[in-house]
Amino acid sequence: MDISFRLNGEAIELAGVSPTETLLDWLRERRRLTGTKEGCNEGDCGACTVMVSDAQGAKALNACILFLPQLHGKAVRTVEGISGPDGTLHPVQAAMIEHHGSQCGFCTPGFIVSMAVAHLNGETDFDTALAGNLCRCTGYAPIIRAAEAAAGEPVPEWLREDMAAVAPAPALPESSDELAALLERAPETVLVAGATDVGLWVTKQLRELAPVAFLHRCLDLQEVEESEAGLRVGAGVTLDRLMREMRGRHPSFAGLIRRYGSAQVRGAATIGGNIANGSPIGDGPPALIALGAVLHLRKGDVRRELPLEEFFLEYGKQDRAKGEFVEAVTIPAQADRLRCYKLSKRFDQDISAVCGCFNITVEDGVVTGARIAFGGMAGVPKRAAHVEAAIVGQPWTLQTVEAASGAWETDFTPLSDMRASARYRLEGARNLLTRYFHEDQGQATSVLEVSA
Amino acid sequence: MSVTKPLPHDAAPLHVTGQARYVDDIPAPAETLHLAFGLSEAAAGTITALDVSEVRTSAGVVAVLTADDLEREADTSPSIHDEPLLATGEVHYAGQALFLVIADSHLNARKAARKATVEIAERTPILSIDDAIAADSHFEDGPRLYEKGDADAAIANARHAIDGTLEMGGQEHFYLEGQAAMALPQEGGDMVVMSSTQHPSEIQHKVAHALGMPMHGVRVECRRMGGGFGGKESQGNALAIACALGAQLTGRPCKMRYDRDDDMIITGKRHDFRIAYRAGFDDDGRVLGVEFTQYARCGWSQDLSLPVADRAMLHADNAYHLEHARILSHRLKTNTQSATAFRGFGGPQGMIGIERVMDHIAHELGRDPLEVRRVNYYAAPSKTGPGTGHRYGGEFSPGASRAGPIPDDIDPASRGAQAEMPPDAVAKPPAGVQTTPYGQPVEDFILHEMTDALVERAEYHARRKAVAEWNAANAVLKKGIALTPVKFGISFTLTHLNQAGALVHVYNDGSIHLNHGGTEMGQGLFQKVAQVAAARFGVPQEMVRITATDTGKVPNTSATAASSGSDLNGMAVKAACDTIRERMAEFLAEYHQAEPATVRFEDGKVFVGEHERSFAEAAKLAYEHRVSLSSTGFYKTPKLAWDRIRGEGRPFFYFAYGAAVTEVVIDTLTGEYRILRTDILHDAGASLNPAIDIGQVEGGYVQGAGWLTTEELVWNDKGRLTTHAPSTYKIPACGDRPDVFNVELWDDENREETIYRSKAVGEPPFMLGISAFLALSDAIASCGAGYPALDAPATAERVFLTVERVRHGV
Repeated sequence: MDISFRLNGEAIELAGVSPTETLLDWLRERRRLTGTKEGCNEGDCGACTVMVSDAQGAKALNACILFLPQLHGKAVRTVEGISGPDGTLHPVQAAMIEHHGSQCGFCTPGFIVSMAVAHLNGETDFDTALAGNLCRCTGYAPIIRAAEAAAGEPVPEWLREDMAAVAPAPALPESSDELAALLERAPETVLVAGATDVGLWVTKQLRELAPVAFLHRCLDLQEVEESEAGLRVGAGVTLDRLMREMRGRHPSFAGLIRRYGSAQVRGAATIGGNIANGSPIGDGPPALIALGAVLHLRKGDVRRELPLEEFFLEYGKQDRAKGEFVEAVTIPAQADRLRCYKLSKRFDQDISAVCGCFNITVEDGVVTGARIAFGGMAGVPKRAAHVEAAIVGQPWTLQTVEAASGAWETDFTPLSDMRASARYRLEGARNLLTRYFHEDQGQATSVLEVSA
Repeated sequence: MSVTKPLPHDAAPLHVTGQARYVDDIPAPAETLHLAFGLSEAAAGTITALDVSEVRTSAGVVAVLTADDLEREADTSPSIHDEPLLATGEVHYAGQALFLVIADSHLNARKAARKATVEIAERTPILSIDDAIAADSHFEDGPRLYEKGDADAAIANARHAIDGTLEMGGQEHFYLEGQAAMALPQEGGDMVVMSSTQHPSEIQHKVAHALGMPMHGVRVECRRMGGGFGGKESQGNALAIACALGAQLTGRPCKMRYDRDDDMIITGKRHDFRIAYRAGFDDDGRVLGVEFTQYARCGWSQDLSLPVADRAMLHADNAYHLEHARILSHRLKTNTQSATAFRGFGGPQGMIGIERVMDHIAHELGRDPLEVRRVNYYAAPSKTGPGTGHRYGGEFSPGASRAGPIPDDIDPASRGAQAEMPPDAVAKPPAGVQTTPYGQPVEDFILHEMTDALVERAEYHARRKAVAEWNAANAVLKKGIALTPVKFGISFTLTHLNQAGALVHVYNDGSIHLNHGGTEMGQGLFQKVAQVAAARFGVPQEMVRITATDTGKVPNTSATAASSGSDLNGMAVKAACDTIRERMAEFLAEYHQAEPATVRFEDGKVFVGEHERSFAEAAKLAYEHRVSLSSTGFYKTPKLAWDRIRGEGRPFFYFAYGAAVTEVVIDTLTGEYRILRTDILHDAGASLNPAIDIGQVEGGYVQGAGWLTTEELVWNDKGRLTTHAPSTYKIPACGDRPDVFNVELWDDENREETIYRSKAVGEPPFMLGISAFLALSDAIASCGAGYPALDAPATAERVFLTVERVRHGV
């Protein structure tokens, strides 16, 4: 595979690239750019964070699970390129020194890059921007002080140059039509969009992947179209973009996505990948199912659609034919009644033990509709059909919520694992409906909104 | 004066630009080989077949070694030689190394390591504390007992009594830089090892042993670690030995780093503990007698578990005077990773036992736990000042001027060597001074004043009232608040480790090369010690070059551990600097016909009477007059004498103190919670560098709170660790730090003669995190009448289940 991209301002052309060589290994082993660190090799610690820019702007991404072809046509900056060509420090670098933001220094390059990306994009919600960077020394306080101190400083000129992406020669599928044709020829092809999951097949399971198709050049899969029917979201839309789209429409879904991975993961991961991999603990499907989303599949020139929940047949099995791929998902237009609740050991950047999404409509004090979907409670993302049935048509009261409590066991038989026990999953899920009710009544229910 | 200044970490400019080099960043020679271990998936059993033929033929593999291929014993243990590098027939935990792959790349080594065919006749593993108790599986000949007075009788005669049990999980270090080493073969079979280690001398010792050569054949270097926290005190041995053996075998440089999952599966962690307690007390909550039974899960080998368990016993009193105490400690042997050093070294586990007792007593009496704590505090020493305190980022408040020359009881011109302190020189406790359960007088107890100050600054009483009001008004969300103190003993409890060496060169351009036995893991030791050197010579900080820890420069070093780094190495560096300074002063005095005592080193200059010249000129002149400008320095901590078997004596030179108030909110429907506000007052003596010390306090608190909240290690029933990556093991993230986080240093000098009267600060703040745990317990207690008896880690699930128990008694 032949690819081209910019690295710290310099044009790079690589021929015969192994499709699963990670950017991190390439930087460290071939370019001797050892500022970018390997902390976990699975996209969970942020020590390898790099800045990746294209026409849409700059993002922080994890180099350990970025395959080289994913950079085709983009610009990369490592920590070595965050300071100026003459060695001038970036404002976040100077602030980190002044505010004692580094101790052992190993996480620091990743923090510097994440901070520089946030700085470039005018992002000042640092808890969110830095949730994907783990530090074991500082307790984070001095890092946040540094980020705040640098926020007012101008963006250095040398970082502006990257915003004009390079125009590469075509090397990867450039449209969904090309992709559809490719999959007709070679249906066994592994599709790589963000590589936030597939990346770990390579770095952790040490799997050999071949053939591989990279999807980021298929711009027509990255479209978001609004119509009267609803919002059609292309499979290649990244989670960070979906989060922005949801803020005005379904803010609780946007809040859930804020806790989906980290900035680095949301910037790479796509909603199509989140659905297509069929994980029972992905956070996108429960919210989309609760919203009544419709999935669009394509094989060659044949397209079909189905309610999203019907796509998930059983653990590890989806209703997708060989050579068929997820093209888009449509979220029907509706008044916002959605609340998404995620239970995990840590608030940020943790995989759900339970993800419960509730979309309950009430008219004149009576429940007129309920779509309740859960992740982490079964082998697939699953609706709480019996609970829904138990409350629809009933008065919207705590008694109704409590009367439905027996239906939960009918709907779900969760497992115990390292994330949570079956008991906690079931009782927690049940209590989330109680939380939905209390929240609807205006009672304080979120620990995230309380201060000392 | 360069000491007391809040200078940035010396390597900060390198950290932020990516130039700071860690072991894996050091340019390796072209023919370097890469290593990986093949691991056991069984926790206990006998290897019946180990077929590595497919490993040998895997791409890029140069050699594969099993225990049978080793010429001599290769042991990685820091204690009793019970850790073979590669399993010798028996398997003792899931994750134990069975064979070693040597390949042309890290990736090829990892891939090959999965290709062995292993058959193990499995035995039922001993995994839990209960398993080990049932099997009577333990280290040492039996449990250790430290005892004072008659706890049994005191509890029996007390008006009130409680008992209970506290379970607490272990903790993964999660240093961001995983374990790493590289060995470079030299002529004549010598070996140079680059290791990410807190203990270069031990690496040297263990590598020399494995190679069958004297220690002089091995040189170990460590410029910095990307975090250690105790996890690199002994856990790097295996990689360094493997690299050295590989290099000896192939004649090529060998490098090894663990992938994160391997790192978490192979290496030891903090000991998990169970503490059973009984206490008798009066109406005021004063403890009349207390009994602790501590069970430490030590894992498969002894490693450092005995001193860890000892230190847990030594902190069973924390800040409280216990007249009748019985502390029994079981060191249990299990088929799990060998638990090892981790910041606090058992101290946190011991301390949380008595903090639980205080909390439980207060609940029983319906009192504010702070009242009960204060009733039980050790008495204040007769002479003490209020301290002044200072805020983060502010000017260092008065105190700098007090930190003047150290009294001349240490001869600075002695080349370091000092007279042996005979064991009987330990003073008997003066009459009226309270002692710990192990007989050490507590003469520096400053927590009364610190608690007063913290209560005021944190508005503890008003907030406690506000918490109660919130809880009365809110059904779903409940708040809790707790103030907990820390008293932590400073010194290695193995007395002979309390020594350090340094090597200082002054070059003839006046620049200074500084070396000492301590290692840099992010704690700022190098900068603090360099500040000492700059102060001794009266030169600007940039004149002092800090260099990598190197067993060829300073020999026989102790681990950088037990918070001792700046105490020990600061003093050793001072001694070395003062030796050179005295020589220069003596020469310059003679040169100018003045008294040596009149020579001053200040502001980058040397003054002799009316004569003044730059330090560089003075160094050049001294060189031209054939004055030696190089010196070693040596220090050993005075006043120590400790009998760990009888549990008597003075294991600690002094105590470091701190106190924290934490407020939390919990969601009673799900157990989710947030830390809303934390206020800390911490004692670093006359701080050598308040910015670095504040950093230790902030980071220590968050790490301590992480241990007790979200950081949960889970093993399955086969004994396999299922939380072996950051995807499943959750250290605090950015958003988990307290919303409001006020940290101040208690500004008062150490009453003992430490380096510039500072205090050690590495470990003590870790235990401030206990306040977060007990704040959660406080919030849960508001849900019902029962005592929460919360176990750790208090994950959302455990908080939820404890709420349910308090509410419904289930």
